[in-house]
Amino acid sequence: MRNVSVVGIGQTQVGEHWDRSLRDLATEAALNALRDAHVDHADAIFVGNMLSGQLTGQENLGALIADEVGLRGVDTLKVEAACGSGAAALHVGYLAVASGQFDLVLVAGAEKLTESSSCNTTASLAMAADADYETVHGISFIALNALLMKRYMYEYDLVPEDFAAFSVNAHANAVHNPNAMFRSPITVEHYKRARDISDPISVMDSAPVCDGAAAVVLMATDNLNGNRARAIKIAASAIGSDSLGLHDRRDPMWLSAVELSSQKAYRQAGIAPQDVNLFEVHDAFSIMSVMSLEAAGFAARGRGALLAREGAITPQGKLPISTMGGLKARGHPVGATGVYQAAEVVQQLRGEAGKNQVANAHVGMAQSLGGIAANAVTHIFVN
Amino acid sequence: MKLMKPSRAVGIIGYGAYVPRYRIRAEEIARVWGGAEDGLPIEEKAVPGLDEDTVTMSIEAARNALARAGIAPTDLRAVWIGSESHPYAVKPSSTIVADALGAAGSILAGDWEFACKAGTEALQAAIGLVGSHMAEYAMAIGMDTAQGRPHDALEYTAGAGGAAYIVGPAENALAILEGSYSYVTDTPDFFRREHQHYPEHGNRFTGEPAYFDHTLRGAQGLLDALGFKPSDFTYAIFHQPNVKFPQVAAKKLGFKPEQIAPGLLTNKIGNTYSGAAMIGTTATLDLAQPGDRILMCSFGSGAGSDAFSFVVTDKILERRNKATKTQWYVQRREVIDYAVYARHRGKLVMN
Amino acid sequence: MDLARHWRLKDQRYRLEGTVCADCGAKFFPPRQVCLECKSTNLTPREFNGHGELYSFTTLRSAPMGFEDQVPYTVGVVKLDEGPMVEAQITDVNADALKIGQRMEMVTRKLRAQGDNGLIIYGYKFRPETKAD
Repeated sequence: MRNVSVVGIGQTQVGEHWDRSLRDLATEAALNALRDAHVDHADAIFVGNMLSGQLTGQENLGALIADEVGLRGVDTLKVEAACGSGAAALHVGYLAVASGQFDLVLVAGAEKLTESSSCNTTASLAMAADADYETVHGISFIALNALLMKRYMYEYDLVPEDFAAFSVNAHANAVHNPNAMFRSPITVEHYKRARDISDPISVMDSAPVCDGAAAVVLMATDNLNGNRARAIKIAASAIGSDSLGLHDRRDPMWLSAVELSSQKAYRQAGIAPQDVNLFEVHDAFSIMSVMSLEAAGFAARGRGALLAREGAITPQGKLPISTMGGLKARGHPVGATGVYQAAEVVQQLRGEAGKNQVANAHVGMAQSLGGIAANAVTHIFVN
Repeated sequence: MKLMKPSRAVGIIGYGAYVPRYRIRAEEIARVWGGAEDGLPIEEKAVPGLDEDTVTMSIEAARNALARAGIAPTDLRAVWIGSESHPYAVKPSSTIVADALGAAGSILAGDWEFACKAGTEALQAAIGLVGSHMAEYAMAIGMDTAQGRPHDALEYTAGAGGAAYIVGPAENALAILEGSYSYVTDTPDFFRREHQHYPEHGNRFTGEPAYFDHTLRGAQGLLDALGFKPSDFTYAIFHQPNVKFPQVAAKKLGFKPEQIAPGLLTNKIGNTYSGAAMIGTTATLDLAQPGDRILMCSFGSGAGSDAFSFVVTDKILERRNKATKTQWYVQRREVIDYAVYARHRGKLVMN
Repeated sequence: MDLARHWRLKDQRYRLEGTVCADCGAKFFPPRQVCLECKSTNLTPREFNGHGELYSFTTLRSAPMGFEDQVPYTVGVVKLDEGPMVEAQITDVNADALKIGQRMEMVTRKLRAQGDNGLIIYGYKFRPETKAD
């Protein structure tokens, strides 16, 4: 296997893009990434997306985006792994370059969630869960996270405020990210006053419904020829899986897919969790941040929320997370999110993260989850 | 009068009741429509939950009946449901219920309609099926989630609930059938045309020529055929569209108030239509003693009456404790206001 | 209309029919074709009695399409006495009276109706256990 590096990144602002279509957003992000990489072509294009068919009536995104960016004719396909689709597309792109099949690959993640009614969007996002045993009962994706959070609070004797620091940190970091959806800070008071959607989860625990696209350009590290100072190496790319349904887990309080994919990634990169300088965690819901920190090896079981309370997760802490706003505040255009995370880690490792720059950042990890961590995609980047 | 009695002795081997948990007070309905708060026909009536209908309510009553009977669901050869509120106009409720019980397959299933006597009509048929040796066990259910037009007199009383009975050989019965009798004429006192939400009724015409004439002839016909008088019965249960009608009918026939008291539930759950006489009887069986004789007399508009005489056996003592009793359901109550009631009964326009 | 997909699940929906591994005895709901414990494919149908404990629950104030008319409604995870966990709606109770760990029992209710002219989908829900007295 060859080493693979990221040589270009592109992002659109995340938000409610009433005036822009899925293809507009994907094309903008892709062109930005190609421009950033100083290339005008790619051998293959992999598009991460979850719900284009369901919400916009458009499938076959690979061919569509290839054509739109002027690369009609290349190898292309869409990759779907629920909310982890973007990261899964990156994984496929990584494998395509590492295998030697392609030298230059474009990976784009794109999602447009605002194209439909909110109840249709809610129903569509629930397709990440088990259709026959969860969604048929009216169990939304938020409800699944709420079931986990309520049990977690019961097991570890916590209250909702114990989760507030995750949202406060995410919003604080998004203030300085021009691509973020929510650019105003929040306080613990805001968090406590927030409206319940599915108790104990409030709007302040949840990533917003939004649109966005991000892209990265991958190149075989051997082909860099020493002249790409801003190239960031992908040290690991690994997927772990678990049961689709919550009911099928032996231990619902433990995200096995996160543990599996993190451990695989640490082995590939030859590092330990304490070597990670920043972690773009899948903070679609606060409970996912907490449980991911535990299963990825950053906190002991039942202690994930304490990391936030101790201040470890801020840009100045020992494990900064959601450094550009995370899913909570940058926004969570689901199939694009994994690619945003990768682009943001690259920003950090290039030293281009502006006011959110994590000092001495050499090892960055991004982790994207599909469903209730039915799959977990972990990437580790080094500069 | 000719008694109906099968050549093979049969009886009830299991029974079960169901009443949903929600109640609306009659005075709450009167508050909305400016009605008088005195002289209301009942205190409160049962209202089904948003996720309940005749099928789901029948399933729970039927599971209670199976638990008491102690037979396998596959021993049933018929599941018949009498109701005026089947959720499908075309597609049997009874196949859903039979499958939910685990009884589907080699079985008869069908939905019966005869206003409020559809359930007892199904019971007559079950008696015939078992009594003719065509089957060992047959289930008859009377269940309704009846609708009354807003502001109509029926809105105060149209309740929800009912009961399931399993008929089997007399030697395995908790109450042995002594005989039955039915009386039916064309009397259009109450009806609902196809595709209509709410029934029409003849106001006071529903009384003397309909309820009273048929109920009295049904009950008296059975008494005469059996050679019994009211004092031969420990208990009697009459169809109960309100509290007053069954009290008057009982008195005219010569029954005392204490004979009908255990089975008179309308005041607390409303008129459960096809379920009314049948659930009054499950409430009575819950406290009857071996040797007690029970009269069950239904009435259905359109119009007719089915009357049955049962003698309770010692099997009642053990079996009645094997499932939830009728009074538990009656006393389980969550009072709702008219707005919530309107939502539960599909009276809010959502689309 | 997706009639067949609901029809084929009726044994599970109506009676909690899962599977048991004929080789190692592991019990599953929903039914599985491959045993999670021993990888055997020798599994046979088995009904569960529907009694268990409430593992977690939540009340939805915003519903997916098809459930808008039920809001607010409560869903939960029930750990059956016989092992498997089941996700379903919780009915016949006010959510503020629920507690993790409390005894629950299965009932059959309407899961939803597909509009005014479509299929009515029936299936399992759970409510606080009621004891025959």
